[in-house]
Amino acid sequence: MTNSWTDIRNTDLVIIMGGNAAEAHPCGFKWVTEAKANRGAKLIVVDPRYTRSASVSDFYAPIRQGTDIAFLLGVINYCIQNDKVQWQYVKAFTNAAYVVKDGFAYKDGLFTGYDENKRDYDRSTWEYEIGPDGFAVVDETLQNPRCVWNLLKAHVAAYTPEMVERICGTPKDKFLKVAQMIAECSSPTKTMTSMYALGWTQHSKGSQNIRSMAMLQLILGNIGVRGGGMNALRGHSNIQGLTDVGLMSNLLPGYLNIPVERETDLATYMSSRAFKPLRPNQTSYWQNYKKFFVSFQKAMWGGAATAENDFAYNFLPKLDVPAYDVLRTFEMMHQGKVNGYFCQGFNPLLAFPNRQKITESLSKLKWLVTMDPLETETSRFWENHGEYNNVNSASIQTEVIQLPSTCFAEDDGSLTNSGRWLQWHWAGGTPPGEAKHDTWIMAQIHRRLRALYEKEGGAFPDPILNLTWNYKDPGEPSPEELAKEINGYAVETLYDPADPTKVVLEKGKQVVNFSVLRDDGTTACGCWIYSGCFNEAGNNMARRDNSDPDDTGAYLNWTFAWPLNRRILYNRASADLQGNPWDPTRKLIAWDGTKWSGYDVPDIAPNAKPDVVGPFIMNQEGVSRLFARGLMRDGPFPVHYEPFEAPIANVIAPKIRGNPVARIFQSDVPQFATSEEFPYAATSYRLTEHFHYWTKHNRVNATLQPEFFVEISEQLAAEKGIAHGSWVRVWSKRGEVKAKAVVTKRIKPLICDGKPVHVVGIPLHWGFTGQARKGWGPNSLTPFVGDANIETPEYKAFLVNIEPTTAPATV
Amino acid sequence: MNVELSRRGFLKAAGVGVAGTTIGAFGFAELEAAHAAAIRPFKLANTMETRNTCPYCSVACGIIMYSKGDLRKGETAEILHIEGDADHPTNRGTLCPKGAALKDFVKAETRLKYPMIRKPGSDKFERVSWDQALDRIARLMKDDRDANFIAANAAGVPVNRWTTVGFLAASATTNETAYLTYKVVRSTGIVAFDNQARV
Ligand code: SF4
Repeated sequence: MTNSWTDIRNTDLVIIMGGNAAEAHPCGFKWVTEAKANRGAKLIVVDPRYTRSASVSDFYAPIRQGTDIAFLLGVINYCIQNDKVQWQYVKAFTNAAYVVKDGFAYKDGLFTGYDENKRDYDRSTWEYEIGPDGFAVVDETLQNPRCVWNLLKAHVAAYTPEMVERICGTPKDKFLKVAQMIAECSSPTKTMTSMYALGWTQHSKGSQNIRSMAMLQLILGNIGVRGGGMNALRGHSNIQGLTDVGLMSNLLPGYLNIPVERETDLATYMSSRAFKPLRPNQTSYWQNYKKFFVSFQKAMWGGAATAENDFAYNFLPKLDVPAYDVLRTFEMMHQGKVNGYFCQGFNPLLAFPNRQKITESLSKLKWLVTMDPLETETSRFWENHGEYNNVNSASIQTEVIQLPSTCFAEDDGSLTNSGRWLQWHWAGGTPPGEAKHDTWIMAQIHRRLRALYEKEGGAFPDPILNLTWNYKDPGEPSPEELAKEINGYAVETLYDPADPTKVVLEKGKQVVNFSVLRDDGTTACGCWIYSGCFNEAGNNMARRDNSDPDDTGAYLNWTFAWPLNRRILYNRASADLQGNPWDPTRKLIAWDGTKWSGYDVPDIAPNAKPDVVGPFIMNQEGVSRLFARGLMRDGPFPVHYEPFEAPIANVIAPKIRGNPVARIFQSDVPQFATSEEFPYAATSYRLTEHFHYWTKHNRVNATLQPEFFVEISEQLAAEKGIAHGSWVRVWSKRGEVKAKAVVTKRIKPLICDGKPVHVVGIPLHWGFTGQARKGWGPNSLTPFVGDANIETPEYKAFLVNIEPTTAPATV
Repeated sequence: MNVELSRRGFLKAAGVGVAGTTIGAFGFAELEAAHAAAIRPFKLANTMETRNTCPYCSVACGIIMYSKGDLRKGETAEILHIEGDADHPTNRGTLCPKGAALKDFVKAETRLKYPMIRKPGSDKFERVSWDQALDRIARLMKDDRDANFIAANAAGVPVNRWTTVGFLAASATTNETAYLTYKVVRSTGIVAFDNQARV
């Protein structure tokens, strides 16, 4: 989230699209109710199903899953055509006026530079024209036909209300009503917030779904303001934290990158990360990249990371492919190229697409280690459960080691909520049996592996032998020790560069925040964006002062928000070019002639002049990007692409199947279905009574929603002779499930490109362990396809067939 | 104020009339004090209260766990009840059907209690000691890493990749666990490293 849960109270209009907050984030949704009750805010829901959120909305519009980009570009087109634009914001705070290089073009669904064989673009033309002064060329009059605004205008022109209806199945009058309600928020004193979740991410173009709304929010001037923003309602309690700390193939903590092979040394690695400002006087905060990188290396390898050895640059792996994401890893496993695998609190047998392929892949492992508080299906993938897990145990040669870990109630530490608040919690119970903290388990694995390398030597042991490990109890580092290391500390006494006699920080002391980190090896910091969380003032994540002066929703003294305890990102953009709030009733920060101050920690240097320094300090431009340059693999503007399995052909580019640069493996292509074979458009979702595959282990939740079902419309039920509550078989080209049919008015057929499209809804909470009845998850059906930019699998739009059947044989 | 303020401590203070600044820090002043003093002490007299947050969705509602036994005194503690934390700015004491049933997660019959190993081809798990399990894991890792570690590419550039073993991390562990996991996994050269973030 750019904003926070408690900030939603400040909005005028909530749009829930790509999520279902009333169902999946109920206690956060309360802030929508507050905004409606206290400010007269309105709620729009756009979804294939009439969801629990829709049931309390002011306006609901249906949409076919996988067509959000067409809908949103349609709204952008509407705003441009009807002059519903926050012009001052767009001109000053976006790259609308930037001139794009000659050679860049878009035609028939593709941008310049596409290579069909590589399924990738040469993105070199997706850039600004650079002037003789070395800066990007801008045309503040917006007259240049090649400026971003005019390119955008032309790009979205195809997405008329008629086209939106044809692609999305949203009746034109409903679309226009939504567009008109949204467009009102182009006023500087009206704000819309976007609340989305996995309904936008789990697509082969998920990143561009989100980008489309971000662009719309910029055009309306809704980023950086109270009650606005792009609010990703993240699915798990610490998915934000795990992302921030960088537990991904290609990341270092704090959104730094793992090197690739061609970056042979630190100088080469840094050469593409200079982040020189693209306009005069801009902050371009990533210019500090090296400080964060070197401080991380010092946190990892301490004395073994020296200026002479490039701060142990070679201790890091170098990637030969963009990432070993889970789709690639399971593809490799399927080919027999992976021998061992760890699952820490993760249940891929039910979480990854094409379950048959996942079972086959796990069966090819030599060994699998699981760490979990609960019996997961993954740790028992080799166990026969009749129809629910039809495997032959004897033929599976995988050794499985199942380790019992503690749950939230039994450990101390911080979780990062979707509003970026790092909230500390405390253990209140004794773990059952011999269950152990994950920190203990990870420390034990490291200590034992290290001991073997000490004794026996072996392949490049240096990064293991030199890993910083100065914990009081090496067998179990404490959460406080780890939090302090994440925050960072002075490795040597730090002196003021302006006055070398002046000590800034004594050796061994905690840094106050990342602003004092250095690139010479004198500071260490585990995750720079979290720096400030545990400094000499103590554990700021444990702060519990819930006061909120003037009821702004900021709660600055409640726990700690990254970065620097800032609650609303880009908050400088809440004020105009003079530094006055766009909306005085929703002041966030303001310029008093010499400095910025207000209700939040300013997201700008305190003395940065409002008419000189742009608010988007992380960007080299100082402004936000309506045109993404080469930073998105699938285009600087979003384009409507159909899901890989779609009920109709792509109306705007009939020859293109799916997103032309999405992650696919050739071995999976034969398993993609056409609508002739599989006519119905399926989607997956959560229910409020369950959390993934965990709560089926709980008596209460297993009682509330005991058994697997699928939802279909009355029309489809009549067509197929399916009675409410009867058994159905649902199958895709990859597998099948059996479920009870819920025949509902909440799903209705849509008319897309003149043809009726039936939606089949598949909730995701059942498996073969726990207290609930046995069932299946949608991943038995979903295709092995990933988003073009971040490889998220396409769980939200795929094709199935359905027919009446009999009950499964119970096991 | 970077200390954990326990509700019990607060109530004790309120009970003997040392209100003033302590109570002000909660932001609810006399109202909560009076309310709490009126109805809470009986229940709280026999339990330890601990602040935590719901581990399910990222609303991260504040909760209070009530247990018999005090972990901080080295005692065994059994969680008896979990409820919403009224002091928490996001949920203000409310919980959804998942958070309201959290005690059933803590006490689920299918909570794991002992390390287990399933041998190749077997149809059952067998209990092992932690030492057996961890020594086995370290051995499996070391043998595979030594056999398959890619120290340098064809051009002789050090690449330090270990591609034959992968690690999936958990989205409900703490940041501190995540960071320690990061250190341990990265130091081995594992590149097939991921979490629920992009799933
Ligand atoms: S109680 Fe419900 S809304 Fe609150 S964090 Fe837990 S799952 Fe989310």
